[in-house]
Amino acid sequence: MKVKMLSRNPDNYVRETKLDLQRVPRNYDPALHPFEPREYVRALNATKLERVFAKPFLASLDGHRDGVNCLAKHPKSLATVLSGACDGEVRIWNLTKRKCIRTIQAHEGFVRGICTRFCGTSFFTVGDDKTVKQWKMDGPSYGEDEEPLHTILGKTVYTGIDHHWKEAIFATCGQQVDIWDEQRTNPICSMTWGFDSISSVKFNPIETFLLGSCASDRNIVLYDMRQATPLKKVILDMRTNTIGWNPMEAFIFTAANEDYNLYTFDMRALDTPIMVHMDHVSAVLDVDYSPTGKEFVSASFDKSIRIFPVDKSRSREVYHTKRMQHVICVKWTSDSKYIMCGSDEMNIRLWKANASEKLGVLTSREKAATDYNQRLKEKFQHHPHIKRISRHRHLPKSIYSQIQEQRIMKEARRRKELNRIKHSKPGSVRIVSEKKKHIVAVVK
Amino acid sequence: MAPRGLRTWGGADWMRAGRLPGVFNPTVGQLRGVCTCVAVRVGLMETAPKPGSDVPPKKDRLQAKRKKPRRYWEEETAPTAAGASPGPPRKQKKNREARPQKPKNAPIQKKSRFPKKPQVPKKSQEWRSPGPQRSLSGAQDPFAGPAPVPVEVVRKFRRIDKSKKLPRSKSKAQSRLDAAEAEEEEISVKAARSELLLAEEPGFLEGEDGEDTARIRQADIAEAVDIASAAKHFDLNLRQFGPYRLNYSRTGRHLALGGRRGHVAALDWVTKKLMCEINVMEAVRDIRFLHSEALLAVAQNRWLHIYDNQGIELHCVRRCDRITRLEFLPFHFLLATASETGFLTYLDVSVGKIVAALNARAGRLDVMTQNPYNAIVHLGHSNGTVSLWSPAVKEPLAKILCHRGGVRAVAVDPTGTHMATSGLDHQLKIFDLRGTFQPLSARTLPQGAGHLAFSQRGLLAAGLGDVVNVWAGPGGAGAPCLERPYLTHRLTGHVHGLQFCPFEDVLGVGHSGGVTSMLAPGAAEPNFDGLESNPYRSRKQRQEWEVKALLEKVPAELICLDPRALAEVDVVSLEQEKKERIERLGYDPEAKAPFQPKPKQKGRSSTASLVKRKKKVMDEEHRDKVRQSLKQQQQQKQEKAKPTGARPSALDRFVR
Repeated sequence: MKVKMLSRNPDNYVRETKLDLQRVPRNYDPALHPFEPREYVRALNATKLERVFAKPFLASLDGHRDGVNCLAKHPKSLATVLSGACDGEVRIWNLTKRKCIRTIQAHEGFVRGICTRFCGTSFFTVGDDKTVKQWKMDGPSYGEDEEPLHTILGKTVYTGIDHHWKEAIFATCGQQVDIWDEQRTNPICSMTWGFDSISSVKFNPIETFLLGSCASDRNIVLYDMRQATPLKKVILDMRTNTIGWNPMEAFIFTAANEDYNLYTFDMRALDTPIMVHMDHVSAVLDVDYSPTGKEFVSASFDKSIRIFPVDKSRSREVYHTKRMQHVICVKWTSDSKYIMCGSDEMNIRLWKANASEKLGVLTSREKAATDYNQRLKEKFQHHPHIKRISRHRHLPKSIYSQIQEQRIMKEARRRKELNRIKHSKPGSVRIVSEKKKHIVAVVK
Repeated sequence: MAPRGLRTWGGADWMRAGRLPGVFNPTVGQLRGVCTCVAVRVGLMETAPKPGSDVPPKKDRLQAKRKKPRRYWEEETAPTAAGASPGPPRKQKKNREARPQKPKNAPIQKKSRFPKKPQVPKKSQEWRSPGPQRSLSGAQDPFAGPAPVPVEVVRKFRRIDKSKKLPRSKSKAQSRLDAAEAEEEEISVKAARSELLLAEEPGFLEGEDGEDTARIRQADIAEAVDIASAAKHFDLNLRQFGPYRLNYSRTGRHLALGGRRGHVAALDWVTKKLMCEINVMEAVRDIRFLHSEALLAVAQNRWLHIYDNQGIELHCVRRCDRITRLEFLPFHFLLATASETGFLTYLDVSVGKIVAALNARAGRLDVMTQNPYNAIVHLGHSNGTVSLWSPAVKEPLAKILCHRGGVRAVAVDPTGTHMATSGLDHQLKIFDLRGTFQPLSARTLPQGAGHLAFSQRGLLAAGLGDVVNVWAGPGGAGAPCLERPYLTHRLTGHVHGLQFCPFEDVLGVGHSGGVTSMLAPGAAEPNFDGLESNPYRSRKQRQEWEVKALLEKVPAELICLDPRALAEVDVVSLEQEKKERIERLGYDPEAKAPFQPKPKQKGRSSTASLVKRKKKVMDEEHRDKVRQSLKQQQQQKQEKAKPTGARPSALDRFVR
């Protein structure tokens, strides 16, 4: 007879002293971990906890004496933010202290645009007083006056400005798109296509010679800095307020439109947007990409900001507070963790990009638990109960009722369309997809 | 062989170190004998033969008288070889069998937790192949690449069932699915690799050539195994309060006894420490630990009572009356009770509410078990059927006709694949629970089994009157083979309750003469998971585990036949949704657009050529369709032809 019995030495399983950690032998055999539903319950708990801990609002920076019109990130310092207001005042903020560290009366009338130089030593502002001003990032030393480094007096009002990502070149827009060398007082070249005012211009962060602008005659125009004429343009149903380039994929940009939607385009095929993002209930005023290129944030006239994944048509998050009015500008910080928005009622607000994220240093166990929960949530995200909980957001009454109203309107339009198809000769009514519906034409 | 023997020896010598009388001289040179362990038990004050001596060891005379049970690590050929050819044993073997020993005649020492360095055998030298020649520039790896992993083990860890076909999905979703599958594959390989780290190996019992393991007596097993294991075999002689039901806690550390005449006791059976002992002054039908060893449910004559580990009555559940059997579903915190009145009641013990009370409409219920894989309760009825119940459904999920007479006992194995039933027709049957519910094997027993139990590794125990039989599967896996029993044991009274102890090679039997703890080598899972159920957990660990377990309480509505269905693609509602969407939109957005010929240059884009091209494509599509439908027709024909293939009949000509 050969016999062996299971005989464990307790010393291998019990800690030696009270100061030790408890020993936890693991065996990942699925037979010892029965019940898939247990994972489901864990996912459900994780989803509920995510909603419990969703406290995205971090701080409000107040100090401006008029609505905040534009925001700019510092390219080198995460803690520094610049903002321009409707009374011509520019403020520089320190986010860690949540304080204003410098105030400049830059323009008379609105500060229309603000951008930082790629090295972070200076910044540019344009205002209603037809000037472009360059300022030093550091304040004046003791006894000096607050003076711009350079001032360019233009002929027309400039409505926006953006700096090249690598070279000493910047672009302004107004009646036309001007491209300036920093050293000169005259533009290197100015480009027009039609006779309308252009509301914003943006440099492509990867293909740095490319520019995109949007004009009030409902079109988005793309330029190549190396040639004197614009590349091509796409005409939409309604006016586009601004565009944002994807920092990871050079050919993708998103346009914030007046028709409450955002359109993500592939530059190479402008006739169909890749995705139509619809959730806002009023005009979208600003858009900014996360540095990861996977998501973007949009600011709207409906007093809320929303976060959209690039490949989804619906937003994953909506932020609002009782006191926040029309949001005019929004920025996603360079560490992709925070979002800033400037609104009509003179405040800049700081939000977490991931509402339920825990800030600060995490222990390795915390990190592991978060990762595990995240994976579970992903795995079971389509279960109706979990989906309902994770999608639930409280909305202010104005937005909520607007959504209901628009849903009814949309339903009516769809019903009408269906009836038209039903009662006409088969094939005579063309079905136009939602993506193509809003594109009027592409001109090259 | 050698490493395994050495390891288990190391595991057992903690018990041995202090207890045995000194036999050996502590000098290392004398420890190299062949027969050290046998000598210990016999108690001979002899020294082991020195290597190279021609004299056969004295112990051979003893072995000639009576064949001593040997331990598994002793080489089968060792004694015979010594007897037949008294030449010097081969050096290689001796080296392998030499094992660390502690000086036994030294004063009792504190157990050292660290193996002494010189005692560690240098086995690596033995089996490391010489390998390719090393050069100074860079050694070649003789085992290049990742270590191979056995496919069986990988399959065990795989959670995606690739045999199930999913409907055609969009390319994006498809690529995501493919990525998930590849990831899953990688993970299962990794998990299979990590199995190498498991510390313990399962026990076993093997007879020598032709010896029937069922003939080996418990006393012999107890004598052959180490003291710690031998101490697990004991009898509690409790004739007074007659036949006993018993239950082990989920960690396998605690044992609860309930005697028919009211005796209720709970003890830590490993240390034999009594937690409580009371007499409830009422008949006790069944006893069950709840989620931890701190709570105890007792089905008494009238009502269900819940006691804590001090024996204090916490609750008297009057809504559950005349309970005959109890089952606890640990992940749902449900106590399932079967009553004389024919009701199956689910009591949620975390909130104290009755979740469901189901009328089985089959008279008195006294045969019940749970399927540990999916928490379905199996009830055996007097008409020979076994019905499967979930608290979410008022009707049985399935009814299986198992026996001609009434069903006496039901047991389900921990993986949920096999169900064993025994009936009044003296049959013992094993059913496949994966979908078909077909009997796999059956056997008639002289008396019929009154009680059945499965162990963690698939051993099946049956109580036949005052005899307990244990069957094992071939090679310790799969369905138990009912041809010949693996173990048998006769008790002093009729069996009234059976349960294998989790994580220990022990079978607890309650009978009219008390309680017997039998040794059943190879019954239990050797490696427990510390976060799931840890026999060595401290109080704090138990409390933390309790909180976690309560947070993860699975709702009772999720009990269904296939628990994995929750994490799979719901094809039915997917197709339903698609249909609804098409209806709502008025067209199919995913339909393939009709072919539109591209305009070509240089005048080749005339209307006629366009139509021609269009027609070509359409014809091709049409041909494909016809081909497919032909294929389907052929398949259908073949399927029809199959059943008649076995034996041609005159009536076949009428088959169409």
